[in-house]
Amino acid sequence: MVSIVSLQGVVALLGRFPALAGADLEVGESEIVLVQGPNGAGKSTLLRVCAGLLRIESGRAEVLGHDLVTDRAAVRRSVGLLGHDTALYDDLTVEENLRFWARASRIDDEAVPAALDRLGVADRLRDVAVRNLSAGQRRRTALAAVVVRRPRLWLLDEPHSGLDQGGRDLIDQVILDAASAGATVMLASHELERTLDLATRHLTVAGGTITSDERGSREPGGHDAA
Amino acid sequence: MLRDAWLVATKDLQIEWRSRVTFSQVVPFAGLVLVLFGFALDANRPVLLQATSGLFWVTIMFVSTLAVQRSTSIETTDGARRALLLAGIEPPAVFVGKSIAVAVQLLAVEVVLLAGVVVLYSADVEAWGLVFATCLVATVGIAAAGTLLGALVAGVRARETVLPILLLPVLAPVLIGATRAFDDALGSVAVDGWSWLGLLAGFGVINVVLGALSYGVLLEET
Repeated sequence: MVSIVSLQGVVALLGRFPALAGADLEVGESEIVLVQGPNGAGKSTLLRVCAGLLRIESGRAEVLGHDLVTDRAAVRRSVGLLGHDTALYDDLTVEENLRFWARASRIDDEAVPAALDRLGVADRLRDVAVRNLSAGQRRRTALAAVVVRRPRLWLLDEPHSGLDQGGRDLIDQVILDAASAGATVMLASHELERTLDLATRHLTVAGGTITSDERGSREPGGHDAA
Repeated sequence: MLRDAWLVATKDLQIEWRSRVTFSQVVPFAGLVLVLFGFALDANRPVLLQATSGLFWVTIMFVSTLAVQRSTSIETTDGARRALLLAGIEPPAVFVGKSIAVAVQLLAVEVVLLAGVVVLYSADVEAWGLVFATCLVATVGIAAAGTLLGALVAGVRARETVLPILLLPVLAPVLIGATRAFDDALGSVAVDGWSWLGLLAGFGVINVVLGALSYGVLLEET
């Protein structure tokens, strides 16, 4: 198994609070890993650590072969993160936002129209200022920015939040397509009914530690095991 | 790095152009301050003329806090700061890009204010070269120091009030140096303006270097 995420006894602090208190985790290629747990359990912190955004206090951690202590910049360049914030500029249009993030990530912005099309925001919303989008449309646009990067590791924090039924189905399909193409997806979600069917593994996080790690109904690569 | 700095600068300026905050709010604010100073001192015309340089740069100090606050909020409002790190843009490039955008806005305001002091205060400019050089060099220092402090207070809850408290004292050398250089250019006080320009240049270099070196640490989450 190609190791995409490898955490051993990782401790990460939010202020003085140990938001991750000794996390151990191995995630391989093409897996879709559901991270579940109550509010404040450490789900978002786990994703931020894997993105190289939060410094680890102790333990060993590698993401995509890069050390999370000594080579965080390389980790950041290789992952795609959809957090609670959408990281979109209100006064730019949808397309201008995506072109900026593509250029900033040194990606050919020719990929932008296809990503917008993939998330169903190409036709009506391309030239609309982000400040005029609904919460769901913002979410789709933010995910399109992740799609443009074509990362090997997708880190999605509540990706279905604020979306209607069609949008949720679309996000699921985008996740499955990414895994089929060889990417690994870690998603934190409270929507267990929806995401349990999607995942190849379910992690439960509580009190900053991973308390359970179970196989899901789907095989790595996005194919249904049944 | 220059490519990324240019990308960030053009993005900030594009946002500014769309929102029209500089032209619809900052320029009128600066003009208003200039007019109010005029009302306060117009009864004593010689004092007004002698104080013109200082009033100009005090107004620019106020304007700079608005421009820096706006520049900071662009990145903090919806988590774009974090996304800049993930995109892999080198922090010095972000710093330079944001400083350029702030500097361009301040220079635009300075042009309008300069016209204001000439028309409203009847200021007589004797050395336009010194005026332009002072504006350019002082603005580099203001933009660099402001961008650096903007990032420093970005995570602070009351950053709108903390920023001026930190920024205005830091900009005191600019206020002194630029005022003296303008005094020379306007002929209101007999000083060597070009030597004060050297102080401004030193201030600018220190803040650009300091910002480029430390901006990465300030962008990081704790």
